Amino acid sequence: MGETVELDRLTMRFGDFTAVRNVDLTIQAGEFFSFLGPSGCGKTTILRCISGFIEPSEGRVLIGGRDMKGIGPNLRPTALIFQNLALFPLMSVADNIAFGLEVRGVGRAERRKRAEELLDLIALPDSADKRIAELSGGQKQRVAIARALAVEPKVMLLDEPLSALDLKLRQHMRAELRAIQRRTGVTFIYITHDQGEAFTMSDRVAVMSRGSIEQVGKPADIYDRPQSEFAATFVGENNRFEGALAALDGADGVVETNVGALRGRVVGDGLKPGDRAVLYVRPERLALANGGADAANRISARVTHADFEGAFANVFLRDAQGRALILQLANDGNLPALDTGAELRLGFASAQAIIVPPGERARE
Amino acid sequence: MSELLRRYGLPLTTAMTLATLVWVVMMVVLPYFVMVEYSFHRNLTVTEIGGPRDVYTLENYASLFRGTDLTAWEFSDDFRVFLRTIWGSALVTFVCLVVCYPVAYYLALGTSKERAAFMLVLLVIPFWINEILRTFAWFILLAYNGPLNAVLQGMGIIDAPVRWLSGSGGVIIGMTYAFLLFMMFPLYNAIETLDRNQVEAARDLGASTWRVHWRVVVPHAKPGVAVGCIMVFVLAASSYIVPYLLGSPGTRWFTQTIYEWFFEASDWPRGAAYAFILLGLCVAFIMVMMRVFKVGLTDIAK
Amino acid sequence: MKTTRGSDLVMRIYLVLFFLYLFVPLVIMSAATFNASRFPTVLPWQGATLKWFEALWADEQMWKALWSSVGVGIAVILVSVPIGVAAALLLDGVHKKARSLLYAVMVSPLLTPGVIIGISTLIFWERLGVPGGLHLAVVGQSSFIIAYVMLMVLARLQRFDRSLEEAALDLGATHVQAFRRVLLPHLTPAILSSAVLAFFQSFENYNTTLFTRGTDVTLTIFLASKVRTGLTPAVNALGLILISLTVAGAIVYEIMRRREAQRALAARKAAEREEIGQLAFGAG
Repeated sequence: MGETVELDRLTMRFGDFTAVRNVDLTIQAGEFFSFLGPSGCGKTTILRCISGFIEPSEGRVLIGGRDMKGIGPNLRPTALIFQNLALFPLMSVADNIAFGLEVRGVGRAERRKRAEELLDLIALPDSADKRIAELSGGQKQRVAIARALAVEPKVMLLDEPLSALDLKLRQHMRAELRAIQRRTGVTFIYITHDQGEAFTMSDRVAVMSRGSIEQVGKPADIYDRPQSEFAATFVGENNRFEGALAALDGADGVVETNVGALRGRVVGDGLKPGDRAVLYVRPERLALANGGADAANRISARVTHADFEGAFANVFLRDAQGRALILQLANDGNLPALDTGAELRLGFASAQAIIVPPGERARE
Repeated sequence: MSELLRRYGLPLTTAMTLATLVWVVMMVVLPYFVMVEYSFHRNLTVTEIGGPRDVYTLENYASLFRGTDLTAWEFSDDFRVFLRTIWGSALVTFVCLVVCYPVAYYLALGTSKERAAFMLVLLVIPFWINEILRTFAWFILLAYNGPLNAVLQGMGIIDAPVRWLSGSGGVIIGMTYAFLLFMMFPLYNAIETLDRNQVEAARDLGASTWRVHWRVVVPHAKPGVAVGCIMVFVLAASSYIVPYLLGSPGTRWFTQTIYEWFFEASDWPRGAAYAFILLGLCVAFIMVMMRVFKVGLTDIAK
Repeated sequence: MKTTRGSDLVMRIYLVLFFLYLFVPLVIMSAATFNASRFPTVLPWQGATLKWFEALWADEQMWKALWSSVGVGIAVILVSVPIGVAAALLLDGVHKKARSLLYAVMVSPLLTPGVIIGISTLIFWERLGVPGGLHLAVVGQSSFIIAYVMLMVLARLQRFDRSLEEAALDLGATHVQAFRRVLLPHLTPAILSSAVLAFFQSFENYNTTLFTRGTDVTLTIFLASKVRTGLTPAVNALGLILISLTVAGAIVYEIMRRREAQRALAARKAAEREEIGQLAFGAG
């Protein structure tokens, strides 16, 4: 079974550069937790603090409630799966898997037995005596997982282990990782810059930017209620309208933009009327306005081009101010004409839009 | 240091630090210092140690020049040997460079990779053969009754046998042969990294063969030239065996002078001073080459 | 076109002359071994003989010198390889600024004339009360041979994937276990070849040995003194044997190198095939 991992005001500096800033977080035992963020956001640094390769500049790492200060990576109940897998090229597959047992003084026969059990678990029987170089990418992946599982860790740390695989294999491995995590009950901490990976596997996701956590939540929360401009733009496509917050009405707010007043739910803290504010609405939450949606949220725009995907169509438009918009239309059998230059009236329900204070946006 | 501790732990880090210290301190740095310190002593008998003559002095260095009068173009014996060593080593270096350049160019750019690989093996073989044996081969070749004289006489180039081994000629020939390949490999390595297309392009633009070499190949090969020259010069200046076997009493080398002060005159401080002068000569040459050709220590250590 | 052909011809002639220059002296020296003449020469040819090999075989001084050289060579390996490995690891792990200074000190013996290494070693140890001899030859030779070992190991070390070391630690290995099971096997090829190089360098060293040997005689010292005094074709016989060993070694090395290159190529191709098969399997 897994253990909890607590990060207590964790800060990591390298010289003048602060890689991780004041991160406070508790990851539950047996949870599949992902850190999602662009490269350089500090997620790998957090992982290395948890595994013990680096000591935090400030704050603490607690595993199962125990402070890990001064405890080296070889004494922590964690196992790390490296981005490049770091399989030992000069050892056989079985020796790789049983390495953790070997250094603990487990006998040869027992090691062999464990290695073969784990090879069965990862569906690679009869590979025990192969060399690492003889394995394909996906097979290496599984051997790395088996090697980590062999030491029966309480916490498994995964550093973008799927990034080297091609798309098909990657999707397959997602399901396999999730299944292994369920079966073993080990706490999985996963690092990725790919929201698809984070959302499909994780119980909870932390979105990171520049060394800080922007938002922690279930995948659907992150997607539907991003708490900052960064989270709104890093995860999924979004349409952005900036303006001044005209009025607050309970949870709702109205942003006065250059295409008129738009109403949405205020999710960012501390917004007051008169502040600059940004309203976001997802492409699939925009609709053709033939009644239904709030009368206030009306925008007209011209089609620049449209991609018909079958089940849906992505429509790229420009509004009267030249702002680029994306609309995703489900194919209900009645798609309108989407010729370039066609003018469409769009609308959205105010419950489907969010309003956040202006902040840093994710780079495209 | 913290990096080392993190990677290797305390016991291993301690062991590797100690081992390295034994080498760097006991085998490299301290011996140099002690040699230099020693060179400022007088060569004293046991009873004189601690006495009034046991003080630091520059006598050992000055003795190299004693009896030298530049205005009268007169040199002390030791100084003449020193000058001959510089001049001879420079000559050997130059000859090696000239002889090697065409071959290195041909191997690097003028032929197919397979043929070059084969020829490089041919080059490596004599390179591995001991310096003494390579010198000894010329000892036989250059003998008064030896094959070279016989061949030259047979071809009618010379009338009477030449005493090759009585002048500096034998030493220069022997050194060129012994150290040639220390020029070849750095040159080859440097030229080899040149893009063949550059040479083709220069040709295409109508540059003559000379111009292509002077403006394209040679500038590119500069680091190799520097490394090769440094290797050959240092080896030649500090060679003992070649002048020992191929020289005559009139063509002594500075290393032989040092050896004599050590083991025949038993004047170790003077020997140490001369050794330090030789080291200074080599370091000066290396510095000049590094400055002129703008190469770093890492290039040389390859 | 014509000029190209012309310069090509000049180049070919030059190359032939160059290789003749390289090999004729060695051939003549070898040939002199078989001449019955009392002096090592090919002219005049007094009939073929193998008696100089017998003379060499019967020369006890030669055997003594040979075993001295072998002993020194082995001792140099034992001193140089562990220290060279340690120095490479240390250099690889220290901070950038310290590294360049340390590097300069470490490679300086390679640029220092061998006679000066011999002299400084002799004076230093003499002052500590240790006289010259084979043991001092070992110390003197090692002081620069360690630098060769260090450079070879360092080159290999720079191709080491550091995450392997971290993976071993992460799986619970102690630092010593990680070193022994992961880093050391990676360095083994470099360590073995540097040991061979160390022996070779020691075996043929003359300049450093000349000053540190005391009254002991190694094979190179024996060879040089024989050429100078008491020269007989037995010296050529010794030279011929050493040359033959060198040539054999060079050929074996070349064959091994080519075979290794072919094996690496084959392994890479096999891995690629496997990968393609896997993908096809995964997709189907």
